[in-house]
Amino acid sequence: MGRRRRGPAPRRLIQLYAALLYNAHLRGFAEGKIYTGPLKSVCVPGLNCYSCPGAVAACPLGALQNAVAASADRPAFYVVGLLLLFGLLLGRVICGSLCPFGLLQELLYRIPVKKVRKSAVTRKLIRLKYGILAVFAVAVPAWFALRRLPLPAFCKFICPAGTLEGAVLLLLHPGNGELRAMTGGLFVWKLAVLVLVLAACVFAFRAFCRFLCPLGAIYSLMSRIALLGVKTDRTRCTGCGACVRVCRMDIRYAGDGECVHCGDCISACPEKAISFRAGKIVLRGPDIPERRERL
Amino acid sequence: MTRKTLLRTALFCAGAALVILGIANGGARDVLAKAVKICSECIGLG
Repeated sequence: MGRRRRGPAPRRLIQLYAALLYNAHLRGFAEGKIYTGPLKSVCVPGLNCYSCPGAVAACPLGALQNAVAASADRPAFYVVGLLLLFGLLLGRVICGSLCPFGLLQELLYRIPVKKVRKSAVTRKLIRLKYGILAVFAVAVPAWFALRRLPLPAFCKFICPAGTLEGAVLLLLHPGNGELRAMTGGLFVWKLAVLVLVLAACVFAFRAFCRFLCPLGAIYSLMSRIALLGVKTDRTRCTGCGACVRVCRMDIRYAGDGECVHCGDCISACPEKAISFRAGKIVLRGPDIPERRERL
Repeated sequence: MTRKTLLRTALFCAGAALVILGIANGGARDVLAKAVKICSECIGLG
């Protein structure tokens, strides 16, 4: 038996690397300015505000709303195509491993306080994110697009990632007095949403991701046919529910639309029916264990 | 080829076609134009 090494789990390292890669314009943090290079015509798969001083690419959700808002002039082919490709290849592995705001939520959940466990109530609340996707990310921008008024409603009224990564980081810079002068009622509202969301994440695992994130809702629609992710061997599964019990998300079975493919269920399955696969290739399974302890 | 693989392949081709069409119709340029400016409305500054 090999001795287990101490250190962060591979998934945690991937989360950290993804957050750094998305925000690799480190000079932006020092200067209080955003990156303006050509890479910003491409979206990253995870939620990462493009007004963050470090962001080197565009946020897919912000780009989607702006594309819907401009759809009276040209159809939103590019952003919809990118989201389709991300969803089909990676599905909600993006939420579990490639989203900086997901990482922040998981770190907040490590604060030792009494936790709100999943229940029938949280299972109902997960539907909220589909409503937010339909109303704030699609319907409202589309409605205002008919009047030639761009309104990215989710970014404007809800997105806590935008408030934290964009507004707060820019406002903290001493050279951005002009931006500070622009703060008003809307900023107070968004700051309140941010504080509420961050507080909720301390008590409930990935509260924003489970209940509010429209990007997670988009990827969850494609999760069942995504190439990469946790898959269950139906011939081995006895339906004992061990995977559902060990999971902190509101899943009905391993690998469903609510699963963020963290892989915690792989070792919990007594029938060795669950593995992490890319198509037919097993990347992690009962016979290929994760090599490090969880962080 | 299973039904799921067939669906995935068809949607993947559709996604790739949409991206190419999107680049051709100026969608990528729109994303760039929006992302290189601080969107004060987007980040809640009004």
